[in-house]
Amino acid sequence: MDKDFTREVEHVARLARLHLGADEKDKMAGQLQSILGIAKKIQELDTTGIEPTSHVIKLPAVMREDEVKPSLPVDQVLQNAPKRSKDFFQVPRITAVE
Amino acid sequence: MKLYENTAAALSRLLAKREVSAVEVTQSFLDRISAVDLILKAFVTHTPDIALKTAQAVDRKRAEGETLHPMAGIPLAIKDNICTDGIKTTCSSKILSNYIPPFDATVVKALKTVGMPLLGKTNMDEFAMGSSTENSAFFTSRNPWDTDRVPGGSSGGSAVAVAAGMAPLALGSDTGGSVRQPASFCGLIGLRPTYGRVSRYGLIAFASSLDQIGPLALTAEDAAMLLGVIAGYDRLDSTSLPEEVPDYQKDLDAGVKGIRIGLIRQSLDQHFDPEVNAAVLKTAKLLEQNGAEIGEVSLPLTDYGLSAYYLIAPSEASSNLGRYDGVRYGYKVEGSHLEEMFGKTRGEGFGAEVKRRIMIGTYALSTGYYDAYYLKAMKVRTMIRRDYETAFKSFDLILGATTPTPAFKIGEKSDDPLQMYLSDVCNINDALAGIPSLSLPTGLNSSGLPMGMQISAPPSGEKLLLKVAHFLDCQQRGIPQRPLLKSDEGGVK
Repeated sequence: MDKDFTREVEHVARLARLHLGADEKDKMAGQLQSILGIAKKIQELDTTGIEPTSHVIKLPAVMREDEVKPSLPVDQVLQNAPKRSKDFFQVPRITAVE
Repeated sequence: MKLYENTAAALSRLLAKREVSAVEVTQSFLDRISAVDLILKAFVTHTPDIALKTAQAVDRKRAEGETLHPMAGIPLAIKDNICTDGIKTTCSSKILSNYIPPFDATVVKALKTVGMPLLGKTNMDEFAMGSSTENSAFFTSRNPWDTDRVPGGSSGGSAVAVAAGMAPLALGSDTGGSVRQPASFCGLIGLRPTYGRVSRYGLIAFASSLDQIGPLALTAEDAAMLLGVIAGYDRLDSTSLPEEVPDYQKDLDAGVKGIRIGLIRQSLDQHFDPEVNAAVLKTAKLLEQNGAEIGEVSLPLTDYGLSAYYLIAPSEASSNLGRYDGVRYGYKVEGSHLEEMFGKTRGEGFGAEVKRRIMIGTYALSTGYYDAYYLKAMKVRTMIRRDYETAFKSFDLILGATTPTPAFKIGEKSDDPLQMYLSDVCNINDALAGIPSLSLPTGLNSSGLPMGMQISAPPSGEKLLLKVAHFLDCQQRGIPQRPLLKSDEGGVK
């Protein structure tokens, strides 16, 4: 396996906050390279002067009146929380301990 | 004929004439589910009590003389990526395996309003990424025409439910073929509506610029009836089309005379299964004999669609799936600090295909690659749209095969992501262009497997698609073809 690409995979996994095991990393590197091989086919096309399409619908941004409407009760909002403390979602400390 | 063998349209007529009750209809499908779902595994969650409660309410209202919607009392199955208030909605993923939405998707609200009983939530490829349901974190659904084969995907469970008589109708979602491909593999009508025609509010996002909810049905008439219920403007979806919803059932019988149909040249050139191609040509001939004008259309960018799609869809997915981090809902793995918790939760919670797509997308959007991959793919998307715009100057519809082959065997492609991606090759460009596209059955091949044909129309052309599909329904099959299950031979009630 291309060592540089495995490093690239580690970098991208970090960006995606996706923990991959050692075996997974190697397998992923091979598969990503073959998928990107197909994706690269678009490089053959000349796209000079062509606008990108991010969305097929040409709609203006939808505006509405700035009115207060009822939202879900807090208990329902938190009903799926893996960990909660009072009316908050609870998470571990933000920074790693050095 | 047992109640569960009827089309939705036939059931609607029986209900309106009070020849059967909604409870009887619903019970018939529930019994059918009990008889065959252990083998076919279409459903992730069964909701018999909720279904019967809805059916009872419909019967009560009818007894009281209320005017009911024609779909009142017709049960259906819903893909498990469409949020249902108080009912588990998992996307067939470990990361959402315990998620109970506190709200209904807009389409679910619409179904409730007309009184359609919910039979259950159907299995799918995890987060709708896949073409076989083999990427489900729970199990693989089985094709009722041959239980060693996949039903297609990602809306595979919905297709199995309808094909096997466990539901008269089902909802799926189509990002790059996920309604049409399983419809083709299971011998059904599957419709991907125009982007924006059906609200995406409450549809768990995969690739937001491509996702569309659509019906799976036995007949075009049934699909038209269900589309009529779910289509419409929704202020909760910022990409919802403000256009009025036509009566999709009106003029279904108008025939195909004078409709200009372009047969996709590329579709026939490729190394598709010869039986699939022959069935497409035969069906085109039938349309021509009945007054349609058939010509050949060239869509030179067909091959590039797949490449663009496998950059655009994963890019959007990598962003959309950022929300699964173990904080607000879903599966969680503890960590000593936040980033570790995120990484472990996502590493354990997502399956292999979802991880691959997140990785491709993150890569394509990352510094140094954005222009060459994502931006370039969006420009190719523009070129593909123009390809269609040009084609639709000469033709009202475009026609080709839905899939290169009939259903493949379970396990045949599951180790090779690229082979799996190629099974959607005919479905992707319509999705990129945002146009409506419908798969209809063209009969069985020599091994008894269903084959499909795809017709696509300009934006908001659903009516035309349904009209042509209905014409072929009437010409080719008096009643929809159904698979014979082994349990049928054993005399299941």
